[in-house]
Amino acid sequence: MIDAKFIPEGVQRCSLPKFLAWLVFLGLILLWGVAGVGLIYWRGLGVTGLDNYFGFGLWIVFDLVVIALGAGAFFSGFLKYILRIDQLKNIINLAVIVGFLCYSGAMMILALDIGQPLRAWFGYWHPNVHSMLTEVIFCITCYLMVLSIEFIPIILENRQLYKIRLINRLAHNFHVFMPLFAAAGTFLSFFHQGSLGGMYGVLFGRPFAFREGFFIWPWTFFLFILSAIASGPVFIMLIATAVEKLSGRRLVDFNVKSLLGKISGFLLAIYMFFKLLDTWAWAAGVLPEMGFTFDEMFNQVYGKWLLWTELGICGVLPAVLLIVPALRNIPALLYIASLLTCAGIVINRFVFTVQNLAIPVMPFDQWATYIPNWTEWSTSLMVVAYSAIIISLAYRYLPVFPQERRLNT
Amino acid sequence: MSETMQIHSEFEIRWGMVIDIDKCTGCAACVVACQAENNIPPTPEPFDRLRTVYWIMVYELSNGKPFPHADRAYLPRPCMQCGNPTCATVCPVVATTKDEEGGIVSQIYPRCIGCRYCMAACPYHARVFNWHDPVWPEGLDKTLTPFVSVRPRGVVEKCTFCHHRFQQAKEKARAQGLNPNHLAEDAYIPACAEACPTGAIVFGDLNNPRHRVSKLAKSPNAFRILERIGTEPQVYYHSTRDWVRLQADNSLQREKEKVKQS
Repeated sequence: MIDAKFIPEGVQRCSLPKFLAWLVFLGLILLWGVAGVGLIYWRGLGVTGLDNYFGFGLWIVFDLVVIALGAGAFFSGFLKYILRIDQLKNIINLAVIVGFLCYSGAMMILALDIGQPLRAWFGYWHPNVHSMLTEVIFCITCYLMVLSIEFIPIILENRQLYKIRLINRLAHNFHVFMPLFAAAGTFLSFFHQGSLGGMYGVLFGRPFAFREGFFIWPWTFFLFILSAIASGPVFIMLIATAVEKLSGRRLVDFNVKSLLGKISGFLLAIYMFFKLLDTWAWAAGVLPEMGFTFDEMFNQVYGKWLLWTELGICGVLPAVLLIVPALRNIPALLYIASLLTCAGIVINRFVFTVQNLAIPVMPFDQWATYIPNWTEWSTSLMVVAYSAIIISLAYRYLPVFPQERRLNT
Repeated sequence: MSETMQIHSEFEIRWGMVIDIDKCTGCAACVVACQAENNIPPTPEPFDRLRTVYWIMVYELSNGKPFPHADRAYLPRPCMQCGNPTCATVCPVVATTKDEEGGIVSQIYPRCIGCRYCMAACPYHARVFNWHDPVWPEGLDKTLTPFVSVRPRGVVEKCTFCHHRFQQAKEKARAQGLNPNHLAEDAYIPACAEACPTGAIVFGDLNNPRHRVSKLAKSPNAFRILERIGTEPQVYYHSTRDWVRLQADNSLQREKEKVKQS
């Protein structure tokens, strides 16, 4: 293979033509998204399926989901570098890469979603300190910088780059300071995960989202943090498993996967306890106080099935599956529970974004329905394709998985 | 509602409206006057209500009863200029504020980044987004109002109670040696109130006892939309019909029955 000298020592990779064919496949999806981007920038957001009722749509759902699932990066970093759970060193590189992709992808989508992308920096220039969104703008941009810094040493460890003395030393020094970046990442990510939830909780004109809270933080602030750190670890594990299935090689020991499942399981159980309490308090307290009933929050399109699926099938069930060791240690159940956990987060972010806006608040208004069009799908898939390309390149040329050599001998 | 989520600004002047729903015929002259006055461009999607730029919209209300008891009402809905706006606190770039004497919620177009968070926050749907570039067919551009800036695509806009007319009224008062903070009742009127053929829209300073709105807003038949959630709108409505007043806010079945009994 022409690129053999760039592939990490002692591991096997598919042939270059096969790899290039895979990249071309991903590249075509990427190009479809680029066409969407071009049209959006040329003609404006009028080409999307968004409207005056659904100012937030698929893109915001996508952003909230990837940012929640990308929490695996900061939380794994926190567990590895601050709490010193050493086993996580086997997954931490992938966690950083996935985190970087989630946040950079979210930024790309935000650059499309805002009507005036050239004014995006106004968040720093004219910040409204009362707005949860200002905090989100601050933290996600700062955290993306932290993630970029965390990603650099992984790139520098490429077999050929690492031979250069300066780069070798640089990579080593980056590692020395990594706990500092992990701490900064934890702080930043913790707050913006919360602020994303707070963004909805403060909407006192929206009965579906509004929550009371603690001091300036509505309960959704804490629920979004909990749900993000509950789903992040298993999402990283699922990505590792997907790379394993696609490459046909074992990359991460099952014990590590099980540990991630266990961490997620316990956090999910804590999250579900508070989420169920919150749902009850919302239905029995917040809604009647605003003059609404629980039934009025749902219709034929945005039905109660979404809530029961989120809380039951994608909440309590995976929490049980992940907590009980006998169940968690069956690979198929571990993966199913992890997928359900992530699906629960998708539903949660979807209902807070879309169902929230679909509900008529003025009694004489009507339900609205949102259907995203191809420009929104293609650009979202573009980010997925971009992420798959970066992970593929990282897997091929960087020593992402420390256990790979041992597991495949 | 949590105290920390509220912003209250006390103003000496509080511009407001009282809209008599019993007088409104739903003719939409207010909508047309508003569009002409505020340079609202023709829309490429005229049949899609949710993609059109409008600052005031007329809703049709029904009592839900069959003939011969069927009844209809029309409710013009401008921006409520809320005393406790849901939109101003959430804007990440301070592009919408409630800090000027008069209590009109501003919208600063050159600062708006088009994130649409304010639209998600507003339960009245008073905020609209410029989905398309503003284009006036040749000749129609000559009708543009010189006092109102044209908004580019990608920013949010909303009713400003024809704020430029407020500025003009203050300038005129200053030129006449009068106090611009004590304008006479008809010195400043938005285009919608001026155009209403039945006089259903009355405009003035809610804090000024010499202005009609201050009395009309205190009528037992006056009400505000979604008063319960604490937005404190500066737009009041008036109707002698119970079923119309009942549709102004959300209430539980037991509360509705209690109202009927009383």
